[in-house]
Amino acid sequence: MALQKSTEKTVVITSLTRWSKKDLMELVEYRDLFLFLVLRDIKVLYAQTVMGFGWAIMQPLLQIIIFTLIFGKVAGVPTDGIPYFLFTTVAIVPWTYMSTVMTSSGQSLVKDQGMLGKIYFPRIIYPLTPALSALVDFSIATVIIVLAMIYYSVVPTTSMLYLPIFLLFMFIVPLGIGFWLSALAIRFRDVKFAMPFAIRMLMFSAPIVYSASTIPEKYRLLYSLNPIVGVIEGMRASLLGTAIPWEFIVPGMIVSAVIFLSGAWYFRHMEKIFVDVI
Amino acid sequence: MSNAAISVENVTKLYRLGSKQVASDSIASAIFGFVKSPITNFKKYRGLYKFDDVLNDDGTYTSQEDVLCAVNNVSFECGHGESVAIVGGNGAGKSTLLKILSRVTSPTFGQITIRGRISSLLEVGTGFNPELTGRDNVYLNGIVLGMSKAEVDRKFDEIVDFSGVERFLDTPVKRYSSGMKVRLAFAVAAHLDPDILIVDEVLAVGDAAFQEKCLGKMKDVTGSGRTVLFVSHNMAAVSSLCTRGIFLEKGRIVKTGTSEEVVNEYVSSLSVSEEGIPLHQMTKREGDQEIIATKIEVIGENDAEILSPCSGQEVVFRLHYHCKASKVYKNCKFCVVVHRQGQFYLDLNTSLVSDESVEVSGDGYVDFRLPKLPLKGGSYTLGSFIESNREIKDNILSAKSLMVLDGNFYETGRIINNWCPLAEFSVEFNQGG
Repeated sequence: MALQKSTEKTVVITSLTRWSKKDLMELVEYRDLFLFLVLRDIKVLYAQTVMGFGWAIMQPLLQIIIFTLIFGKVAGVPTDGIPYFLFTTVAIVPWTYMSTVMTSSGQSLVKDQGMLGKIYFPRIIYPLTPALSALVDFSIATVIIVLAMIYYSVVPTTSMLYLPIFLLFMFIVPLGIGFWLSALAIRFRDVKFAMPFAIRMLMFSAPIVYSASTIPEKYRLLYSLNPIVGVIEGMRASLLGTAIPWEFIVPGMIVSAVIFLSGAWYFRHMEKIFVDVI
Repeated sequence: MSNAAISVENVTKLYRLGSKQVASDSIASAIFGFVKSPITNFKKYRGLYKFDDVLNDDGTYTSQEDVLCAVNNVSFECGHGESVAIVGGNGAGKSTLLKILSRVTSPTFGQITIRGRISSLLEVGTGFNPELTGRDNVYLNGIVLGMSKAEVDRKFDEIVDFSGVERFLDTPVKRYSSGMKVRLAFAVAAHLDPDILIVDEVLAVGDAAFQEKCLGKMKDVTGSGRTVLFVSHNMAAVSSLCTRGIFLEKGRIVKTGTSEEVVNEYVSSLSVSEEGIPLHQMTKREGDQEIIATKIEVIGENDAEILSPCSGQEVVFRLHYHCKASKVYKNCKFCVVVHRQGQFYLDLNTSLVSDESVEVSGDGYVDFRLPKLPLKGGSYTLGSFIESNREIKDNILSAKSLMVLDGNFYETGRIINNWCPLAEFSVEFNQGG
């Protein structure tokens, strides 16, 4: 039995909470666990369904079709000359990802409280896991975007080069909100009941079914503080090759960085008491 | 600085208890209370983990009605390769201490240093997901418990062998029987290979044969030079597995020492504290009290007192008596009864097995020997009865509670499911023609 391990690990347990470099090292140490929790989420999500990952396409697709009929055909919402189907597709696919992550990240601690109370691993893994596993659904759903772009013969321009930035923010925004919500939800179950309503409100607060250009000039700064506005506008512009509306994007980016960092801080501040207040 | 595997220094853990709701005495105040409730609720949930008001700088705390001290200023060390048992009654703080050690919850005060790779088993099957297959769950559970993926890869076949569920590996665990689930989960746990292992009462699952297997595995682990911290109510397991013991009571360490010493201390504290008062001081008794029962002991192998005998085990009920007057009492009968929810399961009366006229004086005890305990696992109550010359001397219906564990009575590993005494019998099949 090889008991004499050369790199012996020492852990000190106290009541103090502070971010340190050790926390990131710990995440690396627990990478296998992280990976398997992500795999678990992916495998469990469509377990015992006939359609399986088909739902990753069906859900946003049905929503796109309904919105195209209602807002595009019936209400005739102006879209700056872009076909409504294409206009809303490039928004709904990332929005589906963001709303999924906000909901499941927010509930991650409550959902896995059995494990939370019995075993230790870095708590931040709980809200991080849904953000990664939902990327699978997102990747599948991008097929709709690609097909719509081919159908409407959209030629990618250099704006496309900015896409990775908006993808990064699409990842960070719901994750930061997830940090906040999960740490709050473990103490206040109100979060669970407020979530569906808040998600719906957020959706109409962002330019998903309408164009941001319809917002009056004097409210634009206030409007673009919503970080989701920036992500959606940025993705739409970079995919469809229109000019990137930075005035909508930059304020949102600052806000999302604040949400992400403060969320991580709050989560860290609270994590030692999670088990005691479940 | 010491180099112990685990060193615990002045660890204290406080919990905030729920406080009684104030009842409103009028409609107006009820409405006001309802309107105000979000604020009071918010304060309540916020205050759950704040102890600034009770905690002093030196690690002591001011006791307050709504604060519970689950672990109170506990310090100990556990050297490399030692196996240490933590014993104590319910609410002694054992599980809280293990939770702090396994980093599930953090101490309110104090510090713990752990040197080495640690795995904790606070529950069998942590992280099992019912939708996943057995194969996926082996990986998930193994990794959650602290193995790397490569380690699970290496031990996968062994784990599956140990569990005996290879046919069902690709079936979702939700379709498993509960026994299969436990076996698979324990198989994973049994193949952990950390430097330090923390185990909480997980051996109390499964049937007797499986418990035997688990105990064997635990013996291997403690024998292989690993540091083990073990919480159990099974004193036999504690004495055979552990070298050292810690006895906790109400969050404090009462005694540390060899496991034998600690088990003895714990067991002797039990016969006093279990019903709150020692048997000879009980007032719920009938008879003239000239002879009184002072103690009932349950004795297993090696003449040692046991807490929870197993069905089928050889057990002696030892009834101690004390004669108050210094005279000889003639025609005595002694009796120990075992009952449960008003139903009697055993009536062990000296007059049933002997016609001799029994004469007693002074102090002594009567042994009732059962070669195979015929009780199904569960909780029972022991009572005692002493009679002399057809006069009731002492009759106590509820003298002591008795917890029986399901054991291998029929030597087939099978157990009876309904509440009836166990009987030895043989079977002979006679087929016609």
